[in-house]
Order: sequence, then C-alpha cells, then structure tokens
Amino acid sequence: MTFIPLFFAIPLAAAFIIPILGKIAKSVIWIFVTLVSFALFVLALYGTAVTQQFPMIVYKMGNWPPPLGIVMAFDSLSAFMVLVISILVFAGSIFSLRYISHYTGQWKFYTLYMLITAGMMGISITGDLFNMFVFLEIAAISSYALVAFGVGAEELEASFKYMVMGEVGGLTFLLSIALLYAKTSTLNLADMANVLQVVGQTPFFWLVLGMMLLAFSIKAAFVPFHSWLPDAHPAAPAPISSLLSGIFIKVLGMYTTARLVFNVFGLNRANAPVFFNVLIGIGLLSIAFAGITALSQKDYKRLLGYSSVSQVGYIMLGLGIGNYYGVAGAIFYILAHALGKGLLFLTSGSVVNATGTRDITKLAGLGEHMSTTAWSFRLGSLSLIGLPPLVGFFAKYLIILGALKAGFWWLAIVAIALSVLTLGYLLKIENNVFMKKGRTKASKAPFTMRIAMVFLVVLIVLLGIGFQQIIDFLVGPAANALLRGVEYANLVFGSVGVSF
Amino acid sequence: MIIFLSCIILFLIGLYAIVTKRNLIKIVIGFALIEYAINLLFALIGFRSGMLAPIITKVDMPHKFVDPIPQALVLTAIVIALGTTALMLTVVLRIYNRYKTFDIAEIRKLKG
Repeated sequence: MTFIPLFFAIPLAAAFIIPILGKIAKSVIWIFVTLVSFALFVLALYGTAVTQQFPMIVYKMGNWPPPLGIVMAFDSLSAFMVLVISILVFAGSIFSLRYISHYTGQWKFYTLYMLITAGMMGISITGDLFNMFVFLEIAAISSYALVAFGVGAEELEASFKYMVMGEVGGLTFLLSIALLYAKTSTLNLADMANVLQVVGQTPFFWLVLGMMLLAFSIKAAFVPFHSWLPDAHPAAPAPISSLLSGIFIKVLGMYTTARLVFNVFGLNRANAPVFFNVLIGIGLLSIAFAGITALSQKDYKRLLGYSSVSQVGYIMLGLGIGNYYGVAGAIFYILAHALGKGLLFLTSGSVVNATGTRDITKLAGLGEHMSTTAWSFRLGSLSLIGLPPLVGFFAKYLIILGALKAGFWWLAIVAIALSVLTLGYLLKIENNVFMKKGRTKASKAPFTMRIAMVFLVVLIVLLGIGFQQIIDFLVGPAANALLRGVEYANLVFGSVGVSF
Repeated sequence: MIIFLSCIILFLIGLYAIVTKRNLIKIVIGFALIEYAINLLFALIGFRSGMLAPIITKVDMPHKFVDPIPQALVLTAIVIALGTTALMLTVVLRIYNRYKTFDIAEIRKLKG
C-alpha cells in the first residue's frame, strides 16, 4: 500500500461525500472540508519527507508495468507542487466558512472545491500524458463552474469568456497528444521521453511542442492570451480567486510546461537555446505589459488579476534562463507567489465581505479598522515586491542570480527595473484602501478569515527566514528533478519495484 | 492522407466558428466541431487497413488488430466533451436569462 494515489483519491472521495452531507447535515460540511484539506497538507509533508530518501516513487494503476498501464510518478517536483497546492487549499477552506455563508447551495461550492483540488493534485503526480489531460479537464471544468458561482451577469460573462479560451487551450493540448501518439505509439511520459530522443528535433517535434506551448500559455495566461484572467479571477468567490491565481494557473500552465519541456522533450539551454530565448521573451512581455495595465486598474481584484499575469512572467523568465539558479528561482517563485498572491486575494475577500465593494476609489481608511487585513496585505505585498527577509525576495534573488550566472546581465537589470511596477500597483491599493483619510463603513473581519490570513502571513515570514532549508529540502531537489532531463525516464523505469 | 487533411479542415472550421461568430450557440457548435475533428483523428491514428477489431475470441487467432488505445482515448474524450458542452450550454442559457440576447457584441459588462 502506497500513499501516492491518496493525493487525488481523498479529495475525489470527499467531493462525492459532500452532496450526501449537504442533504443530511449541512453544518458539518465545512469541518469535513477543512479536515480533508488538513489531511492533504499532512500527507504532502509526509510525501516531501519521503522524496528526500527516494528521488522517484512510482505507483502502477491496476498493477500494469509502466509502458502499458498508467503510472503515477512522484518525484521532488511533484512533492513540491502538491505541498503548495495543499497549503492554499487549506487556507482557502478556512477562509470559506464566513465568505460563502451568504451564497446559496454551499455544498455545491465545496464539492467543486474538492474536485478542483483533485484535478490539480492529479496533474502534479501523474506520469501519463492522457491522464494529465483528463486531470487538467477535471480542474478546468470545476474552475469554469466556480467562476460562474455567483450567477450574476458579470460572473456568467467572465465564465463564458474563460471557458472559450480555456477550452481552445485544452483541445489544442488534446490535438497535440493525438499527434504525439501517432508518432511515438505511447502515452507514458517516461517511455515517450525515450522515443523522442530517437526521433530527434525534427519539424514535427517543434510543431507538437509549439502547440503544447500555445495550450499551456492560454492556461497560464501569458500575455497575448491573458484576456480571460482579469475577468475570470475577480468574478470568482475570494477563496477561489486565491486558489486560481495562487496555484491553479501555475499547475495547469507552468508545471505542465516545465515537466514536458525538460523531462519529456529533453530540452535544455545547451541543445535548444532559441526555444529558451522564446520562453524568456514570453516572460518579459507578460511582466511588462500586464504590469503596466495593472497600474491603471480601479477594481481591487482586477488589479490583482493583472498582477498575477505579470508575476507569472517571472516564473517563465526563470525557466527560460535554464541554469540551476534560474530553474530553482522559478520553482521558488511558484511558492512565493502562491503564498503572496493567495494572501492578497484573501484580503480582497475580507474587504469585499466587510464593505460590499471592490472599487478602490470608493474605499478609504480601512487600515486602522481592519488592522489584521491591512497588515496581511502589507506583508503579502512586500513579499511580492521582494523585500528581505520575506519569501518573495529569495525567489527573485535566485532568478536574478541565474540571469547573471548565464551571462544575461541586461536581463537581470530589466527584471529588477520591472519590479518597480509591482511596487507601483500594490501601493495604489495600499494608498486608496488602507491609508487614505476618511472611513468607509465596514464590519470587522470574522475570526476564521483572520486565521486564514495569519496562517499565510506566518508562512511568508517563516519560509523567508528559513530560506536556506527551503532551498536545500524543497526547491533544490525539485529543480534538480527538472534539470536531470530525460534521465527522468530511467528513474521511472528503475523505480518500478521500489516499495517502502 | 486526404482523410487526415479532412480532420484538420474540420478542426479549422470549428476554430473559425469560435473566432468569428457572434452568436453564443454557434460558438458552442464550433467547439463541438473541434471535438469531432480530434476524435476522428484519434480513430484514424489507430486504424490499420485490413486488420481486425481488437477482440480476442480464440487463443490461436492471428495477431493483426487495429490499435485499441485511441478508441479508449476517444471514449474518455467524448465524456469530457459532454461535460464541457453541457456546462457551456448551461452558462449560455443563464447569460440569455440575464441579457436577453445571444449576441456576443451586446454582452459587454466587463472591459479594461
């Protein structure tokens, strides 16, 4: 008996138990969801501990050996992603109690919440391409429904826009899977890596890779395809915005891109410099364009949505740099941005819950009245801007160090200069909502909401102080998992018999 | 070869509908076309001319079967397509109730 399938089996089972609970005992649903998310968090911590000893754990679905059946391949990068997902799911579930209480059909919300969790967990641990598509669609369909959860005119419009873009991405991914299968006659990622080494970098190889990059760019909202995100993420309920911006776009867009490019297609900076320069270009375009657009936003959550598009660019930048520091920086940035942006969206939920508006020009003077929310916002922003010793600083530092080590000194300067944009748009919220003279009528944030925000603040500070341990035990092994390239295949086939 | 091209043409027709049509229902139909095109492509990839359906009825049968995996994938893809299409139509219906129109040009509360 191994623990790996539990990562998606537990939330899937929970998703189907919640409707039953909704009929017989409504009041225990929230406790149930919180316990399940806490169990996932503990399980993820255990998984991280196990990967310190075993670099790769393979679970065979139905006991079919790797090239034939579906496998779950759990390595350091999967462990890292699963841990970040479970942190945000846990914080979001605590926050949901009071935020969701004024919606009808709460059990539907929690069912979708567990389904989206199962989908993201599944993507992170699967070792099979088609299985990845199925989990991707589970997560994506749940997110479309969650964006429309308020069923107001704006929510529905945002959801439809998101659905059209998201499905074009999903179907492009499916088409590229079909083409890859036609060429390689396998769906197992490890086996496919071996076959693609034989195929080599033919035009077909680049066509399929280009289609996948297009699909994941839509899912991760890189700049030419970002238009859905600033509509969809603000329309969702705040805990969902936090989950979508914090980790969803990174699992569906960044993790999948990184896993396929490094481990399956076997590319690295040495054998495909042009491709990695394209990644850097995509990253820079996102950072600059979305950052500048964010400066002119008046809606609290919409501004944060543009900010997410901009910040995700840094992750792509780190991957594009492609050396150890760059990739480790990108992975660290996933953690830092998940905590930071997750927290900022939770503060937006707290403000909306207290005042009923998201327009920052109509809000004023909440800094004293809602001090927990205000200080959470400040610490989250400082982490995103990159102030030591908060966690965001070390992520940005690693990416810039990577750029310098790779000889892109101009890139390091541009990346630092573009951080000013982050400072600019976050100060706009700070000045308007929390610092401005005057006083919007507001109730205090409920206790559970404050607990959720404080939980993330504590993590931002603690992980920043203990950055050396994070790099040694979490980020470093995850970066090495990517940088080992097609060695991934040998590890998967070599660890089939390993049990513990 | 020509039959593979027809898949791509079907895909492009669907994409054309999604990009240019202003009616929400026609956009959903565009997605259905794309899904058909991909499912057809999957079935064609598994097809081998003159070979049997992959059902073993006797032990000493000659091993000349078409590839069964794409067929299994198509079944899964059809179920997913069903889910997305149903959700899309539900949202379209709700949008119609709010805005009283299917025209995408008139559904513009969000901008910026």
